[in-house]
Amino acid sequence: MTEATASPGSTVLGRGLGRALPILTVLLAIIAIWYLAAIWMNATWVRDQAVRADTVLTTGDLIRQTLTLERPVLPAPHQVAAGLWEGIAGQKITSKRSLVWHGWVTLSATLAGFAIGTAAGVLLAVGIVHNRAMDQSVMPWAVASQTVPILAIAPMVIVVFASMGVTGLLPKAMIAAWLSFFPVLVGMVKGLRTPDAMQLDLMHSWNASRVQQFWRLRLPSSLPYLFASLKVAIAAALVGTIVGELPAGATSGLGARLLSGSYYGQTVQIWAALFAAAILAAVLVMLIGALERLTLRRMGLAR
Amino acid sequence: MTVIQARDVSLTFQTADGPVHALKDVSLTIERGDFVSFIGPSGCGKTTFLRAIAALETPTAGKLEVADMTPDQARRQRAYGYVFQAPGLYPWRTIAGNISLPLEIMGFARADRLQRIARVLDLVDLAGFGGKYPWQLSGGMQQRASIARALAFDADILLMDEPFGALDEIVRDRLNEALLDLWKKTGKTIGFVTHSIPEAVYLSTKIVVMSPRPGRITRVIDSPLPRDRPLEIRDTPEFIALAQQVRDGLREGHSYD
Repeated sequence: MTEATASPGSTVLGRGLGRALPILTVLLAIIAIWYLAAIWMNATWVRDQAVRADTVLTTGDLIRQTLTLERPVLPAPHQVAAGLWEGIAGQKITSKRSLVWHGWVTLSATLAGFAIGTAAGVLLAVGIVHNRAMDQSVMPWAVASQTVPILAIAPMVIVVFASMGVTGLLPKAMIAAWLSFFPVLVGMVKGLRTPDAMQLDLMHSWNASRVQQFWRLRLPSSLPYLFASLKVAIAAALVGTIVGELPAGATSGLGARLLSGSYYGQTVQIWAALFAAAILAAVLVMLIGALERLTLRRMGLAR
Repeated sequence: MTVIQARDVSLTFQTADGPVHALKDVSLTIERGDFVSFIGPSGCGKTTFLRAIAALETPTAGKLEVADMTPDQARRQRAYGYVFQAPGLYPWRTIAGNISLPLEIMGFARADRLQRIARVLDLVDLAGFGGKYPWQLSGGMQQRASIARALAFDADILLMDEPFGALDEIVRDRLNEALLDLWKKTGKTIGFVTHSIPEAVYLSTKIVVMSPRPGRITRVIDSPLPRDRPLEIRDTPEFIALAQQVRDGLREGHSYD
């Protein structure tokens, strides 16, 4: 049932290293390329400054200066890491400069939007699977909703809600829900239709009602599909929330942090916020992945 | 007492390539306690006929009665249990949970359910396996569990569509013996679709030989074999003669094409 439990420490370490090595190699390569790009992209500015100050730059000077600029075109990895660390650990978490605080603002709207989007997606899927009229009418609208650029819709949503006196979490959550309902809808329609003809015939032979058929057969069968789409949906919800934080001078959230960074040319701030968002997304997707493994293994559906 | 009565039953599927006559003028009477095998090549309508009895298909002509009702009424009265070729057990339910499923759907009380589960598990020789999950059981055991599931709500009729078709010969022999034993103990009426001549001859009191295009009955053979049948009966001259009759019937059906 479980994997091998007790094995010598050395082999576990060896196997861990064997698995980590390719990942580490790729990571190091990316960082190396990033450093080269930073030097190359910032070099123009550094050279211009040197010409203006009438000084001569050695290659060492050039490299050192390109990697320590206050407002680089492309900040070096260690600058972003420092900015990230400063934003997370260097502030009180109630501070407006704290990435934890901004992250929480974004996270709460993301989770709210994810919940709304998931509920909407599941309900629509149930409708599509059980109702012929919905089967033929809902999907085109759902697809159409996703072809509208979210950047065009987001400001309108914010403005419309604001005109009704609703600001803060809800408008952003609605944009997040707009993006996250779709993968759930598609996944659940597929999932609810996975039971094969034989299983449906069995249900029919027992004279099961559609409600019984739904709870006992269709819903449990759909769970692997649901979890797969939830992973896409939560990442989409985060993107939606951040897009919702961009317009109309929002002052809180990772999106606002991105925007203010770009207003003032604070590239380190932009990248730090970007990485904070990426880390947040990764953690959320991993959490859903863990929940998925746990549930599917308990249900005997794990592959 | 007649349990299943078919009179000139026809069933035509409308397909893109035109109508397919799955059944044409099929008439058959099945008495209570009969073990009836349907045998014939693919496309002879044996499965379709079984499904029509179960109200999973609807005949396009003729009259079909199950326990003096229409098949659909019989289905609503839980007159039959159906066993498919695949066990179709839910992986997220234990064996006991799987057997419990139709009982829950039909609204049996919990205590009654537990009692019934224990009884049918015993009947198919799976006592002690109720707490296991399907993947922990062999294919033969899974199919036995699916038979237990079909027996749990005490339907008088058991319909089996090639239930042992996916199993190997050795397991199949054992399950055939177990099925005969179960039939004797419960006195159920059994409709059994198979591809195998020895299986049909060994199990049945009545062998229905069918042939395709259009699906129809070519021969109904009443078995002279006694109800007590050890596996060795398959080496007796009576058994071999009966198998020969079935083979002749099958060949007859084929002379059309």
